[in-house]
Amino acid sequence: MTMLPAAPSPRRLGLVIDLDTCVGCQACVVACKEWNTGGYGAPLADEQAYGAGPSGTWLNRVHGFEAGSGADGRMVHFPKSCLHCENAHCVTVCPTGASFKRASDGIVLVDEDKCIGCGLCAWACPYGARELDGQAGVMKKCTLCVDRIGAADLPESEREPACVRTCPTTARHFGDLADPDSKVSRLVAERGGFDLMAELGYRPTNKYLPPRPGRRSEGRADSELEDASPNGGFLGWLDKVLS
Amino acid sequence: MQPAPSLLLFSTLSGAGYGLLFVLALTVLLGIVPPAPLAGLLGLGTALVMITAGLLTSLGHLRRKERAWRAISQWRSSWLSREGVAALLTFLPAGLLALFWVLDGRAPWPLALLTAAGAAATVFCTGMIYQSLPPIPRWHQPTTTPVYLCLALATGSVLAALLAGPWVEPALPAFHLLALLTLPLAWAVKWWGWRSGDAAAPVATIGSATGLAGFGKVRLLEPPHTSSNYLMKEMGFRVARKHAAKLRHIALVLGLAVPWLLILVATWAPSPWFAVLLTALAAAATLTGTLVERWLFFAEAKHTMSLYYGEQAA
Repeated sequence: MTMLPAAPSPRRLGLVIDLDTCVGCQACVVACKEWNTGGYGAPLADEQAYGAGPSGTWLNRVHGFEAGSGADGRMVHFPKSCLHCENAHCVTVCPTGASFKRASDGIVLVDEDKCIGCGLCAWACPYGARELDGQAGVMKKCTLCVDRIGAADLPESEREPACVRTCPTTARHFGDLADPDSKVSRLVAERGGFDLMAELGYRPTNKYLPPRPGRRSEGRADSELEDASPNGGFLGWLDKVLS
Repeated sequence: MQPAPSLLLFSTLSGAGYGLLFVLALTVLLGIVPPAPLAGLLGLGTALVMITAGLLTSLGHLRRKERAWRAISQWRSSWLSREGVAALLTFLPAGLLALFWVLDGRAPWPLALLTAAGAAATVFCTGMIYQSLPPIPRWHQPTTTPVYLCLALATGSVLAALLAGPWVEPALPAFHLLALLTLPLAWAVKWWGWRSGDAAAPVATIGSATGLAGFGKVRLLEPPHTSSNYLMKEMGFRVARKHAAKLRHIALVLGLAVPWLLILVATWAPSPWFAVLLTALAAAATLTGTLVERWLFFAEAKHTMSLYYGEQAA
């Protein structure tokens, strides 16, 4: 059913992604692909994997942005997957009822047996979080690893999305953003977590933590190299000879 | 946005078909033209064939065609679903109207009314599919649906002048006059849409898409992968923008200027067959111009997703 749930879900499961600590190692990208190609729904296609123009379906990708310039500039690694929006247009535009938002925890999913592969939900997503699978012909997206987080046969500590579980710098956090006392909600409050493209009104559940302020160049010598010749001695002589 | 041939052909063909259906049903409803059997056969027949061909072409856009029937289920929330429902429902009164008109030489008013309403509703839904998408600012503006409606009406009027005109309007060239009125109207609305789309402020920037605007200028340094992907192919299409101004002129000349002049001459043509020839050329021109317009509609549209792939504003 492609109507959004009538009331906000009691739980809002999502990710909090720390742009300060992410090092762009792509481990989450690979872990996501590995888990989800054998998990929920059809495998994630790879086309021409060893050819000239390889392409494939990925539910999580890490982009690299440069913000600012010169001494104030910084490189920001930017992981992006479905944000499980409250106001998810990708759900309401679906003509078949394949796209839906779970009323219990707000996870946005695709029932792949109903998907006709029209691609309209991908158009409706401002974040580019949905990819039409080249081989299965159905829409693929982040499921927050529904088949992990609720798996009774996994130890409690492993019931989190594959990307979160694998992150070596703890840049990804998973939890209930409807609960103000959850770890993720506290992180968002403490670190000033923000929404991507809030102006579009999709009200994403996933939040991003900004890079911490401060110049990365602090303590680094930006000035001219000092003149050693006035000090005399061997180094002064060498400096004179080489100058 | 990627201009998929199946979608361009669908909205051009079906749009003209629904326009033709609407014009025929409405003019006969208002008593402007009589339900002459031959006009009905040619006019309504062509309209239904074009609509069906367009709808079948649109199925080509689906990756899992065998499940297409599911698309009529979500009419409560989805404009695409509503379009499917409206398209299928319109076949009922339109088919019955065609039977009465062609076989019996009469057009019962409830059928004509429902046919006209169904045709208009279907094209309205088509426009709303695009207009309702906030991530594509060029589509998400109030002119989008009126353009779809007006161009369907204009192309339908030209087709009505061509197909039904010779059989019903020796005295008053009603369809020709309608085409002369609706062509400038449609392209004026389109021109307004182009202008407002060009002038609109971006809805989002690379700074708001990443939340990094506070650090200064943001630019993409490392794309997430070395080659293209579905998102970039489907929504990062940018080839046409270079020639957009020229293509707009081509669309205006083929879609409006050429057919308008041809139809104007056709209304004074000494021989009816010469008039038919001129009107046929007008129909070919305006359908081609509309196809160019549809191509630009996709090719010029920028999706906010492209901000994550290096665009500065969308």
